[in-house]
Amino acid sequence: MTQVLEEKTIEQRLAEEKISIEVEKLNLFYGDKQALYDIDMKIPEKKVTAFIGPSGCGKSTLLRCFNRMNDLVDIARTQGDINIHGNNINKPGIDVAELRRNVGMVFQKPNPFPKSIYENIAYGLRLQGINKRRVLDEVVEWALKGAALWDEVKDRLHENALGMSGGQQQRLCIARAIAVQPEVLLLDEPASALDPISTLKIEELIHELKNDYTIVIVTHNMQQAARVSDYTAFMYMGDMVEFDQTDTIFTNPSQKKTEDYITGRYG
Amino acid sequence: MSKKFFNSGQHWVWLNAGAISISIIMVVGLLLLIAVRGLSHFWPAEVKTFEVVQEKETVQVMGEIHNIEDDIQDGLERKQYLLKMGNRDVYGLDFKWLDVKSITDTTVNEDAIVVERREWGNLYGFLTSVTKDGTVYKEDPEALQDIIERALEIHGEIRDIETGDIGAINYAMEQLRLDQRLLELDDELTEEAQAELDKQRAELQEEFLSYQEQLQELYADIKRDTAQFTLIGGETITLTAGNIVRAFQPNQMGFWAKLGHYFSKIGEFIFDEPREANTEGGVFPAIFGTVLMVLLMSIVVTPLGVVAAVYMREYAKQGPLTRTIRIAVNNLAGVPSIVYGVFGLGFFVYFLGGSIDELFYPEVSPSPMFGTPGLIWASLTLALLTLPVVIVSTEEGLARIPKSIREGSLALGATKFETLRKTVLPMASPAMMTGLILAVARAAGEVAPLMLVGVVKLAPTLPLDANAPFLHLERKFMHLGFHIYDVGFQSPNVEAARPLVYATALLLVLIIILLNIAAIKIRNNLREKYKSLEQ
Repeated sequence: MTQVLEEKTIEQRLAEEKISIEVEKLNLFYGDKQALYDIDMKIPEKKVTAFIGPSGCGKSTLLRCFNRMNDLVDIARTQGDINIHGNNINKPGIDVAELRRNVGMVFQKPNPFPKSIYENIAYGLRLQGINKRRVLDEVVEWALKGAALWDEVKDRLHENALGMSGGQQQRLCIARAIAVQPEVLLLDEPASALDPISTLKIEELIHELKNDYTIVIVTHNMQQAARVSDYTAFMYMGDMVEFDQTDTIFTNPSQKKTEDYITGRYG
Repeated sequence: MSKKFFNSGQHWVWLNAGAISISIIMVVGLLLLIAVRGLSHFWPAEVKTFEVVQEKETVQVMGEIHNIEDDIQDGLERKQYLLKMGNRDVYGLDFKWLDVKSITDTTVNEDAIVVERREWGNLYGFLTSVTKDGTVYKEDPEALQDIIERALEIHGEIRDIETGDIGAINYAMEQLRLDQRLLELDDELTEEAQAELDKQRAELQEEFLSYQEQLQELYADIKRDTAQFTLIGGETITLTAGNIVRAFQPNQMGFWAKLGHYFSKIGEFIFDEPREANTEGGVFPAIFGTVLMVLLMSIVVTPLGVVAAVYMREYAKQGPLTRTIRIAVNNLAGVPSIVYGVFGLGFFVYFLGGSIDELFYPEVSPSPMFGTPGLIWASLTLALLTLPVVIVSTEEGLARIPKSIREGSLALGATKFETLRKTVLPMASPAMMTGLILAVARAAGEVAPLMLVGVVKLAPTLPLDANAPFLHLERKFMHLGFHIYDVGFQSPNVEAARPLVYATALLLVLIIILLNIAAIKIRNNLREKYKSLEQ
């Protein structure tokens, strides 16, 4: 009976929030193998939502549905709807490039382009045909400040981005993503390849960024999820086992599987 | 002990080291051989006089020792000199074998002179007199140098007029003829047009006559001075100054004089046109043709190969069909080059060139313009030949670009094409350059197909000149590789040409190395720029 109470609470909470992403009956197949089973969830706007779960549970796959990165996998097939600000992005005829401009993504491994720091950030703007030096200068500075990187690199904007440290590279990727001013920011284990100090910086950055963006983060690290997120979803074997406020998930999970995972019994 | 040796893998190390050493020795040996044989040719050799007993008569012969041969005949050791005695106009042959045993005396005469002529090869003899503007100078080498210098100047003027000015007039005349023919074919040859053409023709004719007059004067002028020589056998030969290219007395020359002579000969070899059925003079047209053809080939093959590779790797659905195409492309690299030559002749020259002539140049018929072997067809044939190399290495380059970089670009809202253009292709450019390097190396050394699609023994004009449209892609051209074959095996004077074969070979290798170094430099710069792949 407690479960009903809990559900009501999250429902109530979500009713108070503006909803950014709404997932309905999402199924995803890799060839014959099903990777996601009937996912239903609502992701609130300007909050941090974390996906946790053991390796291979489908949390990255789900994340990559939000900007249709799974299109790149030939054998992937998606059923169901994902509404982002009321637009169903799985509808045929949607402009995927436009969608990806609105839904930025940062990957597990820092992947700056082999260009200068400046050009890395200008990349997305140039794609939109913005080539004016003054505009670019402004945006580059704004994005680097937004990613807490400006002070470290302002004197070497035209040096190759690959000369930066891993943590700096990852923040550059975040700056690159916010330079095009998306509404949603997807972070796919953004700190898993970084040292503790860089991780801390990224986490602080996430705190800052949630004032302006809806953030969805996939993480292996439960402490990290507890630290940075407002809502947490626990996934297991392609199922959305539990989705609730982060506090509730970590202190009083309603599902046995969630509790087992959080207490470290598996995963 | 031996078990330990084999277990540690030492024998493999030794085997590898051995293989590498053999390769290095072979390459260095080859380069040394052609360098020594080729470069020593230009060093002035001593001219010796031999007294030889022939059929119980003693005769004197003079010349340079060109080659020494030891062999054993009927159990007896026999040593022979190959003597270059020149004077082909008198003796009929440039070279003579001398049995060392028949030589009774060898002397070195200080006054012996070698004269390089425009005809009949070298002259070996003694200077008796020089006639300069009517005055006779006895045995005066300085007067000889004076008249040679003057004659060379006049010769240069004649050449400028003949190939430059008169060449341009001939070209313009030919254009006029073609214009008229075209008007005739279109039934538009009105009287006015005819009159206009005739007028232009008359102007050209007048210009031509004035040049002709100048030429006649120059020709008379170049014959003004003469020099008289005596050969070792007592014969007298009179040469006009215009017939002499260079005269020197090698037995009197010191080291520095020889060095100067050496470099002037090398300069002539690189920058001059060939003389005497390619056995004398330089190879400049061949160098020019080789480099131009390789450049044209690169311009054609790079975009074609890259586009094909991008389609196969990035856009085509990977399946049995793509796999078959890929295997086919890889196998194309193994097709013998002469097959490409035959294909080029059949498809490019006869079909494509013939059609171009028919469609766009009806006036040139019956003599073909594009429907005959030429520079453009040779370049296209070689582009086809080297296409697989470029495709394969570009594909490998594309495959090596990490997925994460592509995803990073796509996630910023780039389309697949934008990702390719702005990120993937620049990052794959070092691989494309690698492909181009291999293509250039292969194309520059290829001879067999060229013989069918555009290379000739002697091209009257370079494919690049001052007459619009300046680059004449339909012209035939000379090529170092073919030059080697022609001089070494098709020339009337094989002995004289042999050192030139080595020199030309060395030059070809140097040019290929130079082209490769240039390409490798570009590639390394690109690699430096996009070095993320090594992460």
